[in-house]
Amino acid sequence: MATHKSVETKYLEERRQFFRGLRNLDRRSFLKVSAAALGATAGWATPHSFTPVTVAQGAEGATSQPAFRFAYISDSHLYERDVNDRFVRGLLRAVDDVNNLDPQPDFVFYGGDLAQLGQAKELELGAQILKNLKAPLKIMVGEHDWYLDMGQKWQELFGPPTYSFDHKGVHFVVLMSVLERDFWTARRMTAMERMQTVAGLDNGWQNPFMVGPRQRQWLADDLAKLPDDARIIVFSHSPLYKLYKPWNFWTDDAEEVQAILKRFKQVVVIHGHTHQLLTNRIGNIHFHGMLATAWPWPYAPEGTPELTIQMSRPDPFNPSDGCGDGEVHVHPDGLVDKVYSLWNRNPITVTRTYMASWGKQDVPPKPNRPAY
Amino acid sequence: MRTMRIPRRIGGVVVGTIGVLLALLVLGGVPKAGPPAGLAPAAAESPPVVAVAAAAPAPARSPSKNDQPTVQIGACDGGAPVEVSKDLKGKALADSLMDQWKRSHPEANWVTEEKEKHALKPPADNSGLLKGAQGKSHTYGNYTERDILLWARETEKFVAEGSRIFHSADLLGSEVAVSCDMCHPHAANTHPETYPKYQVQLGRVALLRDMINWCIENPVRGEKLAADSPTMRALEAYILSQRKGVPMEYGKH
Ligand code: HEC
Repeated sequence: MATHKSVETKYLEERRQFFRGLRNLDRRSFLKVSAAALGATAGWATPHSFTPVTVAQGAEGATSQPAFRFAYISDSHLYERDVNDRFVRGLLRAVDDVNNLDPQPDFVFYGGDLAQLGQAKELELGAQILKNLKAPLKIMVGEHDWYLDMGQKWQELFGPPTYSFDHKGVHFVVLMSVLERDFWTARRMTAMERMQTVAGLDNGWQNPFMVGPRQRQWLADDLAKLPDDARIIVFSHSPLYKLYKPWNFWTDDAEEVQAILKRFKQVVVIHGHTHQLLTNRIGNIHFHGMLATAWPWPYAPEGTPELTIQMSRPDPFNPSDGCGDGEVHVHPDGLVDKVYSLWNRNPITVTRTYMASWGKQDVPPKPNRPAY
Repeated sequence: MRTMRIPRRIGGVVVGTIGVLLALLVLGGVPKAGPPAGLAPAAAESPPVVAVAAAAPAPARSPSKNDQPTVQIGACDGGAPVEVSKDLKGKALADSLMDQWKRSHPEANWVTEEKEKHALKPPADNSGLLKGAQGKSHTYGNYTERDILLWARETEKFVAEGSRIFHSADLLGSEVAVSCDMCHPHAANTHPETYPKYQVQLGRVALLRDMINWCIENPVRGEKLAADSPTMRALEAYILSQRKGVPMEYGKH
């Protein structure tokens, strides 16, 4: 008798095998499993001619060598391992991408929202996968990591969410920018209800994100001894400006934070949360978004900064389209080329020349499918 | 490396205090200061319904032991009787009763809650229809305020049901805990105004419901819906309502 297996049965079998593989994840089996993840994702997608191409650089971009590079991965939104394998595959693929960079980046920055519902098992799974990175890891917290137990598990795994460090003459600052004023007590929410409210991007019961006065004071102190021409890169999960409040593409005390950064010649801010190619400049501050490994967000109906060249609307027929990871090339002057390594599309680089010229030179390619 | 610890408690109130606050409310009854619960101005962020619930006394079990005499009132829906303080009168009494009823019927307010939680757009205002003077003797077109209210209520409810499904991986039957709002907040990028249109990947002209089904089967990994199923109808209703004001433009990619 011929045995026919439905697509779903095959999928479930593959999924079971995949998670068996995940259970004892040492270095060697990681490579095996993530290769399988790559195959499975690629197999599901419509065929694309994806070849890593060197994106045309402006004259300056081509001649000046970066002082150093770091890679980034962000917004993986992991559920527990047997709930959703797609997001797990996404993170595995990103770790693979970064491990395949040659030469290796100086470090890897993780941009927050490692977990979907802040559960210990989700965060532990994420930590376990990130352990396979060859380069050292620096990590930031996102609202999905925080609002179940108010950051307890995340801090146990990764330490304090606000910190700074110096690397090759650049001062790096990591902020916890997703503090929300209490909306849960009045509504008598359970911890999980609170988490789910925050997890809904369009859930209007929550409050706007903020850095808050304590951290702003900490930031001012942290930067106090630096000269005005110091090279500074700040990480925040939410964009450190006001883009679109209904989706919390927003930091409520952005102006106050920007004021602390104002005296410096230039500052680069790199943020997660928005799952898309996003570029902004406010005076001396250059802002760049990060791609997600889980899913892309649409562009907000209003407020997208003028400097942003949107990425094409993603293909619903390919769940990893519009996702990806990337690199940041830090130049001796402290400005950066921001590389968006989109999966199954050509990578897009937003160069420092583009930023410095207020979008006049070195313009990234326009989208074929703009938002409407 | 310089670090800073973020306290687990933010915004001044901890979850642990909820219990204490509740207990205080139970023991203390209605807070003394401030206007009667129902008249309390609703802060922009806390909708009126919840403001009432938060300010009104909690279920009054203990007052009876607290030499505050209570009376039992039978509920007209045949449910369990409720206890209220004998001192409550008029509006305060009504609010207390309403609050207790809401508490025991958490679903009762779901349309209002859904509306504010997900910023649902209101249906068109039809009050202009009340102004005409022709045809007062006909049944058709001779609307009352009640008609207009009824249409709005029913339409909103239908849309709210769609919103609830759109935002719930469980109601969508997702195998991977994924709901539509994860990729389409406020139904962004669903573009109902562009249907019918040729979908290359489907190899034919698609209607909105075909793409809804496609997203259910693929990114959401659930069971395809029948075109006339209540779930599909509600999803269509929500998606269409969210694009209120956008011109129809069938065939647009
Ligand atoms: C994992 C992400 C994801 C999820 C979850 C998802 N979709 Fe989609 N969907 C997409 C993407 C990407 C597109 C393409 C959007 C575009 O063209 O701008 C799309 C397109 C659509 C379209 C057609 C839009 C157009 O421009 O013609 C509709 C309708 C739609 N989705 C409805 C839904 C519904 C209803 C659900 C829940 C059952 C859902 N989607 C869940 C990613 C998703």
